[in-house]
Amino acid sequence: MSEDKLSCEEVIEQLFTYLDGELDHVHSAAIDRHLERCRDCFSRAEFEKRLRERIRASARAKAPDSLHRRIKGLLDQY
Amino acid sequence: MDRLYGTALRLTGNPDDAEDVVAEAVSKAWSKLDDLRDLESMEGWLFRILNNSFVSLWRRRKTRDEVEREAVETSDAGGFSLFQQLHQPFLLWWGTPEQEFLNDVLQEDLQKALDALPDGFRVVIVLVEVQGYTYEEVSALLEIPVGTVRSRLSRGRALLQKALWHQASEAGLVHGRRPSDGGAGEST
Ligand SMILES: [Zn+2]
Repeated sequence: MSEDKLSCEEVIEQLFTYLDGELDHVHSAAIDRHLERCRDCFSRAEFEKRLRERIRASARAKAPDSLHRRIKGLLDQY
Repeated sequence: MDRLYGTALRLTGNPDDAEDVVAEAVSKAWSKLDDLRDLESMEGWLFRILNNSFVSLWRRRKTRDEVEREAVETSDAGGFSLFQQLHQPFLLWWGTPEQEFLNDVLQEDLQKALDALPDGFRVVIVLVEVQGYTYEEVSALLEIPVGTVRSRLSRGRALLQKALWHQASEAGLVHGRRPSDGGAGEST
């Protein structure tokens, strides 16, 4: 497998695509192997993962009462 | 309901539109309930309806050209990387700045930065990062080429990270510690 020896630059370049799950198995496995060996890229990947978790968490919100009332009104029509 | 609303809030970037989108999605879902084959897939189905409701509201508000123009006019953040900014020797004296940043950044600041992004960028980020859509799925939903999805994601992420960096600098987060008064993290 020629992709086996990736440089740090190549890894960083593909990091988001990798985290998005958009790389094929071969490329994604090559990145996995690099991250196991390279502390710098590993910390970068961990950072991006955690930032993404924070972004995901930003979509947690409490639906306001006005919305609850509106939905109830809508469903009562049926 | 909270998850639908929260997702709509990040897609639209404002509470009023988010309510409209959820209300429209719920009434659509209710009227199409017969189409739902099994309850297991209910959640994915609801979110799909929500996304479609959002896209149609968005289209009523802004034409594709407007979205495109906004994206083009937005100054490019290059390959701005928050990690690289935080991971500099002089900051590393204070410990592990990128870890501290993640611990200290306020949810509110993240929301603000995300909501302030031009629509075209924000929407692809929310679909991919929050909802786990594939690039193909985003491309189909928004009717834009996969290449555009990729470029909006990468530019949008750079812009978002740059905005977070600015917020963090203003709030004094980048020196590892916020001012002793915990409430002082709010930036103007
Ligand atoms: Zn590396």
